[in-house]
Amino acid sequence: MPELTFLQAISRGLWEEMEADKSVFLMGEDIGKYGGAFRVTEGFLDKFGPERVLETPLAEEGFVGAAIGAAYVGMRPVVEFQFIDFIACAFDPIVNFACTSRYRWGQGVPVTFRGPWGGGLRAGPFHSRNIEMWFAHSPGIKVVAPSTPTDAKGLIKACIRDNDPCLFLEHKGLYRRIKEEVPDNSPPIPIGKAKVVRPGEQLTIVSYGMMVHRCLEAMAQMKDLSVELIDLRTIYPLDRAAIVESVKKTNKIMVVHEDTRTGGIAGEIAAVVNEEAFEHLDGPVIRLTAPDTPVPSAPAMEDVFLPSVADIVGAARKLAAY
Amino acid sequence: MYYHLRLTRALDERAQILYRQNKVVGGLFSSLGQEAISIGTAFALAKGDYVGPMIRNSGTVLVRGHTARDVMTNYLAKATAPTQGKDNSQHFGDVERTGVVSCISMLGTLDPVMAGMALGARMKGEKKVAMTYVGDGASSTGDFYEGLNFAAVLKLPLVVIIENNQYAYSTPTSKQSLLKDLAEKAKAFGIPGHVGDGNDVLQVYGITKVCVEEARSGGGPQLIEFKTFRMRGHAVHDDASYVPPELFEEWKKKDPIARFEKQLELTDREKADVEAKLKAVVDDAVEYAEKSPPPDGGLAYKGVFEDDEIVQFTPWWRRDA
Repeated sequence: MPELTFLQAISRGLWEEMEADKSVFLMGEDIGKYGGAFRVTEGFLDKFGPERVLETPLAEEGFVGAAIGAAYVGMRPVVEFQFIDFIACAFDPIVNFACTSRYRWGQGVPVTFRGPWGGGLRAGPFHSRNIEMWFAHSPGIKVVAPSTPTDAKGLIKACIRDNDPCLFLEHKGLYRRIKEEVPDNSPPIPIGKAKVVRPGEQLTIVSYGMMVHRCLEAMAQMKDLSVELIDLRTIYPLDRAAIVESVKKTNKIMVVHEDTRTGGIAGEIAAVVNEEAFEHLDGPVIRLTAPDTPVPSAPAMEDVFLPSVADIVGAARKLAAY
Repeated sequence: MYYHLRLTRALDERAQILYRQNKVVGGLFSSLGQEAISIGTAFALAKGDYVGPMIRNSGTVLVRGHTARDVMTNYLAKATAPTQGKDNSQHFGDVERTGVVSCISMLGTLDPVMAGMALGARMKGEKKVAMTYVGDGASSTGDFYEGLNFAAVLKLPLVVIIENNQYAYSTPTSKQSLLKDLAEKAKAFGIPGHVGDGNDVLQVYGITKVCVEEARSGGGPQLIEFKTFRMRGHAVHDDASYVPPELFEEWKKKDPIARFEKQLELTDREKADVEAKLKAVVDDAVEYAEKSPPPDGGLAYKGVFEDDEIVQFTPWWRRDA
């Protein structure tokens, strides 16, 4: 069984889907000879040719619109954003065209948008953003954010096979940092299912993306506490049942994400817990998030911006003692 | 062609009446005076081609095989409408059956989408052409440039019609662009640009047909500007008082239907036959639409995704304890 990094797992997932289905093709900037800014599509041009590894002009709104059109006629485009921040340039065709198409006139749009996402790499305000809630709040698109190579490979496959638009977020802080054995031709992993990373009894921590790993680091520092860690894996549709089930057992919950606070998924999770498990709560639902600011460049500031291991330990201990 | 010109206008006139009776859901955007562009361009397409109409292109969808009933039921947002009341106006389509893509209200967005359909068709080995429209206003959008440029670089069979009706809501074309002919924008993409009289249906058809076949045979995207005039306000609520009255007078003389009638030299008998048929079709569409039930309110929760389970929505107070 090959050992794959997070990046290699995504790459392998794309490769296997392209081999299996001729309607799957890639679009994006510099994805051909160069292999993409992070080299996710390295070697794809030689194997699949320029028609299926389609390099586009520098115009996100244009190539996203074109991907939607290609999906209308039965293709399954996978669109790479060089950095996911640039999806802002293509907001209109995604939320107005792709997201409303099936609802308005029954025309499905099997398109996948993917790209490097998230902070911690000192990449500054325009190469670090957490854009997930722009789309989680736009009915008609699924938002997926895995944290392990196995999940990344399984979920990119699920996105490509899905008959609705999917946004696949790849934390660039994980690309080359984590490795695990992932079998060839592995099956897709269902979208919309959270995963219990570690079972526990006293406290639930919900997270996704790179913060899952930071939570694991924090948990290693508080072995006396029995913490249940849930990796959302999908932000929309949210796996409410998994969250509620866990809270009913632990009676305490905190959400950790690197997205900014107002309108982050943590607020939605707090509302779900409030509505569906109010009687089971033994403490407030706690949000540990970035502040409502752009992502700063300087390491000293970005380290304050992102929830740290110390933040997670501190918050968990305070909540556990509640 | 004559029948479709007349049908477009007859449906438009009847919709105006229904609007005043408060039966039309949403706005009503008239194609009065601009019908020749929709009809001429749509006739230039072949079966299986794709087209992305704007809100004033109801003539296009009628030529492509949508019915008068489709138009009327969608205006009235009925259960029998192509969108089942989920969207209104000219926002409907059917890729498989008619090749029509439902537009959205953000203009210019169709350009890249239609470029993508041309791309997808080519990847599948099909010789299909995709055509779409922008107004003078939407030719200012980034989408217009990005879509055409994408198509140009990839030499896609895309035909873009600039339907220059001289006003974008209340903004005259002189405030959109310094160009005398908007078709000059073709130079920015390295593609051919053409200008034509949008109120002469035969000229519209002739120019478009040549461009469609040029695109189909590998000549890459084509840009055509047809000059016309919007004979009503932006929508029914707008009295267009900002338009100098003499412009309406001038363009009334260029009415595309009256001009085509002269070219056709129709006998009174032939004209009466068409009118009888039109009356029957329009009456049927209106009666059908009025008698159709409204959609079930619960449909609001359905069809966002293929899997309706995703959007479950029960207000808290109605849930079981």
